[in-house]
Amino acid sequence: MTDHTRAAATPEILHVDQVGVTLAGRQVLDEVSFTVHAGEFTGLIGPNGAGKTTLLRVILGLQRPASGRVEILGRPRSPRHQPIGYVPQKVLLDPDMPMRARDLVALGLDGNRYGLRLPSKDRGEAVRAMLHAVDADRFADARVGNLSGGEQQRVLIAHALISRPRLLLLDEPLANLDLRSGQEVIALLARIACEQQIALLLSAHEMNPLLPVMDRVVYLAGGRAASGPTEQVVTGEVLSRLYGHHVDVLHVHGRILVVAGADAADEAAAAAGPVTGVG
Amino acid sequence: MHQLYTAVFEPGFFASAQVHVAAAIGGIVAVVSAVVGVFTVMRGQSFAGHALGDVSAAGGSGALLIGLTPLAGFVGAGIAGAGMMDMIGVQRLRGRDLATGIVLGAAIGGSALFLYLGTTTGTATGATQQILFGSIFTTTPGTVTAVAALGALALASIATIARPLLLATLSTDIAAARGAPVRLVGLGFMLALAVSVALSSLAIGALLSTALLIGPAAAALRLTKTLPGALATACLTGVAATWLGILLAYDSYYWGPGHHSLPVSFFIVAIIFATYLASGLRAARRQAAVPVAAAADRDRIAA
Repeated sequence: MTDHTRAAATPEILHVDQVGVTLAGRQVLDEVSFTVHAGEFTGLIGPNGAGKTTLLRVILGLQRPASGRVEILGRPRSPRHQPIGYVPQKVLLDPDMPMRARDLVALGLDGNRYGLRLPSKDRGEAVRAMLHAVDADRFADARVGNLSGGEQQRVLIAHALISRPRLLLLDEPLANLDLRSGQEVIALLARIACEQQIALLLSAHEMNPLLPVMDRVVYLAGGRAASGPTEQVVTGEVLSRLYGHHVDVLHVHGRILVVAGADAADEAAAAAGPVTGVG
Repeated sequence: MHQLYTAVFEPGFFASAQVHVAAAIGGIVAVVSAVVGVFTVMRGQSFAGHALGDVSAAGGSGALLIGLTPLAGFVGAGIAGAGMMDMIGVQRLRGRDLATGIVLGAAIGGSALFLYLGTTTGTATGATQQILFGSIFTTTPGTVTAVAALGALALASIATIARPLLLATLSTDIAAARGAPVRLVGLGFMLALAVSVALSSLAIGALLSTALLIGPAAAALRLTKTLPGALATACLTGVAATWLGILLAYDSYYWGPGHHSLPVSFFIVAIIFATYLASGLRAARRQAAVPVAAAADRDRIAA
């Protein structure tokens, strides 16, 4: 599952260095540093409000960091188009949108360019191959607005991948999916990262569905981050330091549970006053 | 056969210079409105389109008051209004209704003043009717050139920004991450929308311009799956409704004993409305047929 020698051997795609972000006077990210390598599946894990989306926006260049820097392929990120594919959490796919799955994928090829383009055989073939790669041939001609959540997710992944990015960012892709569709999407992503040697950074507030495929984890809490192989990062010691209070990490039947430790619960109880019948 | 022909086309329809001008302007305006309208509906900016009609009314009535042609006023005010809406925050989803509403209120106030002054000073009789409900039969042939030039400008703008506009409509974040200037593209679209609304204000009136903008586009979006299909369907619907409306308005002169032509704008809007309702019936029938298979697929995946 976790292969340290491979991480060192494959090229470095993304390097986040001491990034700090302040939004409306609040320190959202504080000296966040980590590296993502080609062919690696990295999970960006943290509770809601930990700054996962903000961090992705910094990497994409949509949010300017107050300090630190982001390097892509060894160079500082420039405002020009970067070799990054992006699947945001919310995309407006109205049933009225006159767009088939294959049209949305084609837009990923050159949607940022001006002027009209004529359909060509090469483009059609590239789109067909991409739809096949994400197992979306079945609904290639359906309106995207009429597809299920899992199907839309596949089409959006194809849209992001068709421009052949080196880095693929996904913001909470599992948030609106049922368990089964979520597992299918994860398996698909792991296969693509490996086959196409793409560096993959996926944010999620729940890490268990990702455990079978995750090479590394970037754990975000309290604005700070710890990164590395899952078993080194997701420990009571490391997470307690991030959260700033005692946290227990429990392993139950191959699942990992992160729970506020006894101290924190006591402190919360003390702050809330005498409470009976809790827990 | 001949009887049927004369019943449909009342005497002199094809020889009338007024009809020629009306058909030319109506055709151009219908095509521009349809193309811009499809993007307007997709982007959920119908309210902005309607507000720009009211802004155009203020510009048109103001222009009449100071002796300019209404078209100059429609276009000038529309562009100024679009710029103002962009500045207040039309590009943010939550700021849209607010920005639109503020500009709309100010514009209607202006129209109220200008139309009042126009009718009381008596320099422009029928100004209210002309500005609010259109003047396609009284437009001079010289205006056709201006309409064609402005229409070409709006269509060329849309063609230039079509792809980033579509991308930004799906997700501003995806578009921005790919380096598309989302704000600039949004402003470009608002300006094309302003020109389109100004043109339809001239044809069927500032108050009714929304019908020509939204109606054919909304019907087309119900009937077709692809963007080129939607654009073509909207254009055909818009042009057919406009020309049929012109014919019916011309014929209406011969209907009653009083020999009064009914307003052409009424016929155009009525046909568009009927088309939209009909498209709903057809889309509903198709929807009832299609998702059975799709739902079965979904159940299979979930199982």
